[in-house]
Amino acid sequence: MFDRRLIQNFDWILLLVLLLIAGVSIMNLYSATYAIRDVGGGRVFLKHIYWFLIGFGVFFLMTTFNYHALERLAYPAYFLSLALLALVFVTGKAASGSQRWLAVGSLSFQPSELAKLALLMVLAKFFSDRGGYQESRLRDLWQPFILIGIPCALILKEPDLGTAILLIFVSLSLILFVRVHWKSLLILALSAISLAPFIWFNLKEYQRMRVLAFLRPDMDPLGSGYHINQSKIAIGSGLFWGKGLLKGTQTRLHFLPEQHTDFAFSVLAEEWGFIGSGFLLLAYLFLILWGLNIAKNSKDKFGSMIAIGIVALIFWQVTINVGMVTGLLPVVGIPLPLFSYGGSSLVTTMAALGILMNISMRRFMFQ
Amino acid sequence: MKTSNFDPLSVEIFNRQLKKVTVVVLVVFGLLVLRLWFLQVLNGSTYRVKSENNRIRLEDIPPFRGLLFDYKGGVLVDNRPSYDLYVIPEEVQDRKKLLQTLKDLVNLDPAKVKPKLENLAQASPFRPVCLKKDITRNELAVIETHRFNLSGIMIKVRPQRHYIWGNLASHLLGYLGEIDESQLKSGKYPYNKAGDLIGKSGVELEWQENLTGRRGGEQAEVDAAGRKIRVISKKPPLPGANVYLTIHKELQALAEKALSDKRGAVVALDPNNGKVLALASSPSFNPNLFIQGIDRETWNRIISSKGFPLQNRALSGQYPPGSIFKIVVALAGLEEGLVDPEEEVYCNGVFTLGRGVYHCWKKHGHGMVDLHRALVESCDVYFYKLGIKLGVDKIARYAKRFGLSKPTGFDAGQEKGGFMPTSRWKLKKFGVPWQPGETVSVSIGQSFVLVTPIQMATFISALYNGGTLYKPQVTHYVEKAPGQKAQKFVPRPTGKWDLNPRNMALVKKALVGVVNEPHGTGWRARLKGITVAGKTGTAQVIALEREEDFENEADVPFSMRDHAWFIAVAPADRPRIAVAVVVEHGGHGGKAAAPIAREVVEAYLSKDRPSRPGEKT
Repeated sequence: MFDRRLIQNFDWILLLVLLLIAGVSIMNLYSATYAIRDVGGGRVFLKHIYWFLIGFGVFFLMTTFNYHALERLAYPAYFLSLALLALVFVTGKAASGSQRWLAVGSLSFQPSELAKLALLMVLAKFFSDRGGYQESRLRDLWQPFILIGIPCALILKEPDLGTAILLIFVSLSLILFVRVHWKSLLILALSAISLAPFIWFNLKEYQRMRVLAFLRPDMDPLGSGYHINQSKIAIGSGLFWGKGLLKGTQTRLHFLPEQHTDFAFSVLAEEWGFIGSGFLLLAYLFLILWGLNIAKNSKDKFGSMIAIGIVALIFWQVTINVGMVTGLLPVVGIPLPLFSYGGSSLVTTMAALGILMNISMRRFMFQ
Repeated sequence: MKTSNFDPLSVEIFNRQLKKVTVVVLVVFGLLVLRLWFLQVLNGSTYRVKSENNRIRLEDIPPFRGLLFDYKGGVLVDNRPSYDLYVIPEEVQDRKKLLQTLKDLVNLDPAKVKPKLENLAQASPFRPVCLKKDITRNELAVIETHRFNLSGIMIKVRPQRHYIWGNLASHLLGYLGEIDESQLKSGKYPYNKAGDLIGKSGVELEWQENLTGRRGGEQAEVDAAGRKIRVISKKPPLPGANVYLTIHKELQALAEKALSDKRGAVVALDPNNGKVLALASSPSFNPNLFIQGIDRETWNRIISSKGFPLQNRALSGQYPPGSIFKIVVALAGLEEGLVDPEEEVYCNGVFTLGRGVYHCWKKHGHGMVDLHRALVESCDVYFYKLGIKLGVDKIARYAKRFGLSKPTGFDAGQEKGGFMPTSRWKLKKFGVPWQPGETVSVSIGQSFVLVTPIQMATFISALYNGGTLYKPQVTHYVEKAPGQKAQKFVPRPTGKWDLNPRNMALVKKALVGVVNEPHGTGWRARLKGITVAGKTGTAQVIALEREEDFENEADVPFSMRDHAWFIAVAPADRPRIAVAVVVEHGGHGGKAAAPIAREVVEAYLSKDRPSRPGEKT
C-alpha cells in the first residue's frame, strides 16, 4: 500500500494550503468564541480543535487506499446515506425547528453531509461508466436526476433548504461539465423557472422571510435582516487592515449572530480587514484551482469526475457562504468549509480533501 | 476496465471544459473580492460608524421622584428599588430547563411565561423579555447564586413608587399612572416621555412638576442584549423635590379607622388658616396596586366595586346637608332681622302650609323653643317657619355667601361644588315655578340642596374664626425643584362673611349647647375638659312618612337609611380643629357621625402642641 512513489508524489502543496486555512480557521474561531466564552464558548473552541484532529485523521485515512475502491463503495455509501437521512426523521435530534442531526452518544452528526459525498461518488461513477464526453440529452440523464432527487427531497423535508440547493448546484455543475445539449439545457432552465412559483409557495414562512429580507433588509430588522445587516457592518467596519485579533466589536459585543458558524467569515473580515478576508478568499481560490489541476492530472475518468465534484462542492459552499455574509445572497445556512464551526461539515470536507489528495498522489499510476 | 482519459478527443474536450470552469471560478471569485472591496474599502467608513453606533447606547437614567411627608416629617410615600427578571431568548440554550429551574428557585409559573417568551423570542431573539417584575430580595439572592445555571438571565433595577402605609390617605396622596398620548402632545410635560409614570390624582398630580425631577443619561458601551460593558460618560439625574403635607399621620389613620367599615368621609381642618389636618374617604384603595401597571381584572374589580373606592368623598361626595343646614338658615334669619332670638315658637311636631303637612323629627314636638333651643334640639318646625319667612332665594344668597354651592379651592384634588337651588333655577330647569312647600324642605337641608364634606368643614371653620373662608390646603412646604421655586404654606382667604358678630356669637353659643346641654342632639361628641361645639345632621335619602314606620333603625334597609352628618369645632372659645363627618346611610347624625368627630377632636387636642415640619417629636 505504501508505495514509495506515493510518498514521492505526495501533494505537499495541497496539504500546505489545507494547513494554512486550518490555522486561520482555528485562530478565527478562537476570537469568535472568545466573545461567548462565559456561556460555553471555550468548549466550542476546544471541540473545533478536536474536530480538526479527527478531520486530519480522516484526511490521511482517505489517502491510504486506492481511490478506485470508492467506485465499488459508491452505491453502498449512497444507500447508507439515504437510510441515515430517513433515520433522522425517526430518531433525529431536533434543534432550532429542524431535524438534521443524529446523535451517537454525545456526538452528533448530520447525515446530509455524508449524503453530499455519497452523491458525488455515484454521480462520478455514473458519468465515468458512461464514457466519452458527448453532450447528454435529458433522456440520458434520468438516472442522475433520480439519484439527485431522492436525497434532496429527504433533505428538504428536514427542512434544510440550503443543503438541498447546494446539492443541486454541485450536481448540476458536474452534469454541465460533462456537457449537456443546449436544447436540453433550455428545457431544464425553463422547467426550473416554471417550477419557481410552486417552490415559493412550498417554502416555509421563515424561509420566505429570508429571501424577502435579502431583497429588503430593513424589512426584517430583528430577524434575518438583522443578520445580514450586522454581518455587513462587521465586514465593512474592518476597513483595509481590520480591527485586530479579539478587537472586533461586532463580534465581542454579540452584535453578530452565529458568529462561530455561518458568519465566521464576517468575524475574520472585521478583525483582519480587506487584507485578511481577501487573503482567505485567495486561499480558497488556490485550493479550487489546484483541485482542478488534480482533476486534469488524473489518469482516469472516475478520478477526474470525483475531483471535479469535490472542487464544485468547495466552490459552491464558499461562494454561497461568502455571498450570503456580504449580502449578495439570501441567508441560507451554508457553512464555510473548514472555517465555520461544525463537526460534520469539517470532517466531510477533510474526507473530500483526502480523496483529492488520494487522486493527486496516484496521478502517475495506471490502473 | 475503466475508460482512461487518453483518447485525444476526450482530453481536448476535458481541457476545454476545464478552461471554461476556470474562467467561471475566476469571475465568481473576482466578484466576491469586488464585493469585499465595496464593503470594506469604498464604504468602510460608513460601516465603521455603524459599528460604533451599535456599541454605544444612550441610556436613560430616570430621576428619583420626590417624597411625600406628613406634618411631622414622617415619610408617607417614597421610592424603592424594583428588581425585574429578564431573559434574552437568544442566549438560552435549553429553554425548558431554564423555566424549570426558575420554577424551582423563584416559583415562576412556566405556563404563564412560556407563550409570551416563545412569541417574543421568534420576533426578536435579542431583546430581553421580562419574566417577572419586582422580585423579592430573597428571590434576587437566590437567582444571583445560581447565575451559572441560568444562562441568558439578567436583572434590571428601576425605582418604584412605594406608598408605605398602603391605603392610608390614598385619595389625598393620589397614585401614578403612565403618561398618555394627549398629555405628551399637550406640551405640558416637556421633561417626560412615553412610558413615564406621572401623578394622576391627588398630591402626586398637583405637584407633578416639582416631584418629578430631571432625567439623566449615560453613554455606555453595550452588547447586543443591551448589557452594559462600561460607562463612557454620565449625566446624573436631578431628584424631584420633596413635599411636606399638613396632615398628621396618626390623626389620618384614626379617622380612616373610624370609617373603616363604612362609606363616608372625614375632613379635619385648622379653622384659623385652612390647613388640612386629615382628609379621609372610605372605602379607599391601595395605590401600590396601580404601580405595576394594574392588570385589567383587578382594575375592573376596583372600578366596579360597589362603593366606588376611587371616589374621594371628602371632595366630591355631594350629599344633602340635612339639619346642619339650619345654621345657614339661622344666620340668614338673624342677619335679615327676621328672627328675634328671644322669640319662642311653638312646635307640636306638625307644620302645615296650605295643603302640605310637614313633620318635625320629634313626633310630638319640642314645645316652645327659641332659636337657641331650636338649634340645640334641632327642631324642624322652628326652621320650617323661619325658612318660609326668608324664602328660598334669600337662603340661597346667604348660603353662597357662606361658601356653599361652589368648590372651596382645595389645592390637591378634584372637587365638586355642591348645589343650592333658587327659584330662577327651578323655573329654568323644570319650567315650573318654585313652590313654598319646597322651601320647607330646603330650610332643613333637604330638597335639592347638596354640600360636600370639605365645604362644611370650611364653613364651620369660618363661623368660628370670625367669618373668613379659607382655602383648604394640604401642602405645607415644597422644596426647591429644578426649574421651580420652593413653596410655603400661606393661608389664603377666599371670602368674608361680613356678618354682625353678635349674630354669629348667638349661633356659636347654640352650637356649644348642641353638644354640652341636656337634650342636645350632639351629646355623643361631648368631651371631658374640652368644649366641643357642633351640629348634627340627618339627611334623608328617601322621604319616609314618619321615622316610626320602622320599629328601629336597624330594620331600615341599608340603602334607605339616611346619611349621618356631624360638623364640629373645638375648643369652642379658641378653636384649633374643625371637623366634618358624613357617614353614608349611617342613620342619625348624632349616633353615627358624632362619635367619629369626637374621636378625631380628642386625638388631636390631647397631643402635644404640633411641631414644625421635619422636627421629630
